[in-house]
Amino acid sequence: MIRDPEILILGAGPAGVGAALALADHGVRALVVDSGFAAGGQVYRPMPDTFAPNGTPGLGPDQEEGARQRRLLADSGVATAFGRLVWSIGTDLRVDALGPDGPEFWRPKGLVVAAGATERVVPFPGWTLPGVMGLAAATILLKSQCMLPGRRVVVAGCGPLLFAVANAVVKGGGQVVALADLAGPGTWLRAMPALLGRPGDLLQGGAWMARLAAKGVPLMFRHTVREARALGAGLKVSLGAVDANGRPMRPARDRTLEADSLVVGHGLIPSTEALRLLGAEMYFDAEAGGWVPRLDDDQRASRAGLYAAGDGTGVRGAVGAFLAGRIAGLTAALDLGRIDAGQHARAAGPLRRRLAQARRFGRAMSRLMAPPSGLYDALDAHTVVCRCEDVTRAEVNQALESGAADVNQLKSWTRCGMGPCQGRMCGDTVAQIVALRTGSRAAAGAWTARVPLRPLNVEALAGDFDYDDIPLPTAAPL
Amino acid sequence: MSVNDKARIPGGETFDAAVVGAGVMGATTALFLARGGMRCALIDAGGVCREASGVNAGTLTLHMTRAALIPYAMRGWDMWKNAPDWLGGDPGVCTTDGLSLAFTAQEAALLEERVEARRAQGAPIEIVTASRAREIEPGLTDDARLVAHCPMDGYVTANLTGHTYRRALVEAGVRLYENAPVTGIEAGDGGFRLAMAGVAPRARRLVLAGGVWLEDMLAWLGLRIPIKALVNQLIVTERVQPVMRSVLGIASGLLSLKQFANGTVLVGGGWQGKGDRARHTTEIVPDNLIGNLRLARYVVPALAETRIVRAWLGFEAETSDALPLVGPLRGIAEAYAIGCVHSGYTSGPYFGRLLAQRILGQEPEMPLFDADRLLATP
Repeated sequence: MIRDPEILILGAGPAGVGAALALADHGVRALVVDSGFAAGGQVYRPMPDTFAPNGTPGLGPDQEEGARQRRLLADSGVATAFGRLVWSIGTDLRVDALGPDGPEFWRPKGLVVAAGATERVVPFPGWTLPGVMGLAAATILLKSQCMLPGRRVVVAGCGPLLFAVANAVVKGGGQVVALADLAGPGTWLRAMPALLGRPGDLLQGGAWMARLAAKGVPLMFRHTVREARALGAGLKVSLGAVDANGRPMRPARDRTLEADSLVVGHGLIPSTEALRLLGAEMYFDAEAGGWVPRLDDDQRASRAGLYAAGDGTGVRGAVGAFLAGRIAGLTAALDLGRIDAGQHARAAGPLRRRLAQARRFGRAMSRLMAPPSGLYDALDAHTVVCRCEDVTRAEVNQALESGAADVNQLKSWTRCGMGPCQGRMCGDTVAQIVALRTGSRAAAGAWTARVPLRPLNVEALAGDFDYDDIPLPTAAPL
Repeated sequence: MSVNDKARIPGGETFDAAVVGAGVMGATTALFLARGGMRCALIDAGGVCREASGVNAGTLTLHMTRAALIPYAMRGWDMWKNAPDWLGGDPGVCTTDGLSLAFTAQEAALLEERVEARRAQGAPIEIVTASRAREIEPGLTDDARLVAHCPMDGYVTANLTGHTYRRALVEAGVRLYENAPVTGIEAGDGGFRLAMAGVAPRARRLVLAGGVWLEDMLAWLGLRIPIKALVNQLIVTERVQPVMRSVLGIASGLLSLKQFANGTVLVGGGWQGKGDRARHTTEIVPDNLIGNLRLARYVVPALAETRIVRAWLGFEAETSDALPLVGPLRGIAEAYAIGCVHSGYTSGPYFGRLLAQRILGQEPEMPLFDADRLLATP
């Protein structure tokens, strides 16, 4: 590892790897920092080295692409620091992390934020029960541990991950009790023209659906989870029909199924804490998954030395992330004076054309992942919205009625978002509820970004010290 | 031009008093003015108690209060303790024991000096034995060399303060202007006109209660009083099992440690971050966060196994002599300022009530802190 990187890349998913490769091409001293033990991010998450499974349930060709990117990164010679939780980034771009050897920090000249995305789960009664997990969480089990989320699984929510996860469960020998998709077949058909830009993925999606149908998995379109209840060590899951806006329909025909687990997700949200902490200019873009940074065509954020790429700038998928990462790397090399504008344009031009195509596909996917607004209307008063602090919809409403005007005031009054998930799980839902009153997500605002960017163990951060090692400032006046 | 000549802007209502700044001090002043029969407006660029009063440690302490302010702080402590009586609600007030610790010979000497100065002002603080200290606070480290105990300590849950005040203010009939930055004030014959987007309320009396922004507000009236902005760091843990029951500090004042009823532990003590009051930005200094956390972990060893989930910064205003600015402003009839009260959470409501007494034409129970001593000579 190097002590003095010129450019620090936050995140070793496809965007971070793309940036690293571009910087290496032009002799820039870069350092990739990630909390995982290897590159790949969530989409190309590898199995531990020590792990040798019998056959891989896996999730398609992602594993090969992940292995390819890890090889490219290793061959590039770019320095890496894995197993690091980055917890603070200063406006002077000092980056503080907690790693296996305690706290450490770097002072790069530039920072590429490639922070990826966070899963969205719109609450329903019972969503906090053991056995209920996110779609993306299930992919982690499947990909990196070759582990089924359960023997009998209900898969629900929206977006392409539904079919990917259900297929992997079936392939791994599990049973999908039902697949409840908020979208109807028409929604998928309408997305077809944009999806056709990536025929490989379309074929794979088609193959997944066909296999599920052949296995007799009930595909319940325009359905949602009404409720989950504990049943012994398992769950009783009620599924019911919804209209095109996600509002409940025909409750008399709800079905209740027994399962070991319920895997449910409603798309992805860009992870923007690092950018917001640095005061980068943001705007709300529902189609991109939420708040995103304002970037120029070369991936520069609104302050000098700050670049961003990948799903953390708007959920557009892994292919686009890798390309955008490469452009960000090229731009950082340009700003450091390693290449001139002509070289930058020649290298970035073809990448940008491919990126435009990847984004068309990504946008279509994002639309399929976006939860319909009716889901929030269906959130009843007793449903827990913030699971860390046990704040219900009724308590959120009460705070709104007594004058809370944005998400941060609401947080202050209800403790919603103050728990160890730091508001990642409830933030989007709360903002949607506030927006019902304020009229827009822009007016509802976003949590103020705070350090530490992840919860930190006191002992690990404080380290081994004597009283004399505490750098006490001067005393307050008498 | 007099105020009356320029009252043509729609919504330019006239109030008996306008208070600019809705922190604890401004809000208490407004509350008592309204209860005293005045038509009162309370105006803030943000919400009620969203700055220092909503984000600072909320400590109710005599250990860390400046000696000269002990009599005020003791009355303020009583007000918080009885908040339901005058505030109509409880912003998570907890009164408990407070310990101040010394770990080195130097700190022990400092602690003795501080205890003596505060006792002279009436604070019920005394030096206790190590075993007594452990009785009061079982979570305490064995390493303390000297411990001072005060039974008048505790905290307010700062994030609930605004909620409680807001309800009381609305009930008392105070007109609230939230998210309404005042951009200037003109003083005329019969009062003041406040420049705000869309409306321009007028008031016969003006109270400036803008915390670290007081310096700019005073400048609107042509007064030059330098106000320093401290940028205090706060750190909070996730909910953990009970690890302490008192409020803990050290002799130098650089620690304020408490566990709330919900299990979270708040670590403060005035370690500094970076901040720019004009741009309204703050930023932690990582080394200070680690230092503050080491101190907390040293004092309560059980904190080692907890996780911190959030750190933030709150502005605190300080005058050149670190004593309050509470009272009338020289040369401008019916203009007042309130702020810069060291350990302001403890004394804040009491100073608000005192200033309201003065404005309502009564004799304040205790002397105010005149602005004259702070005015820069031209």
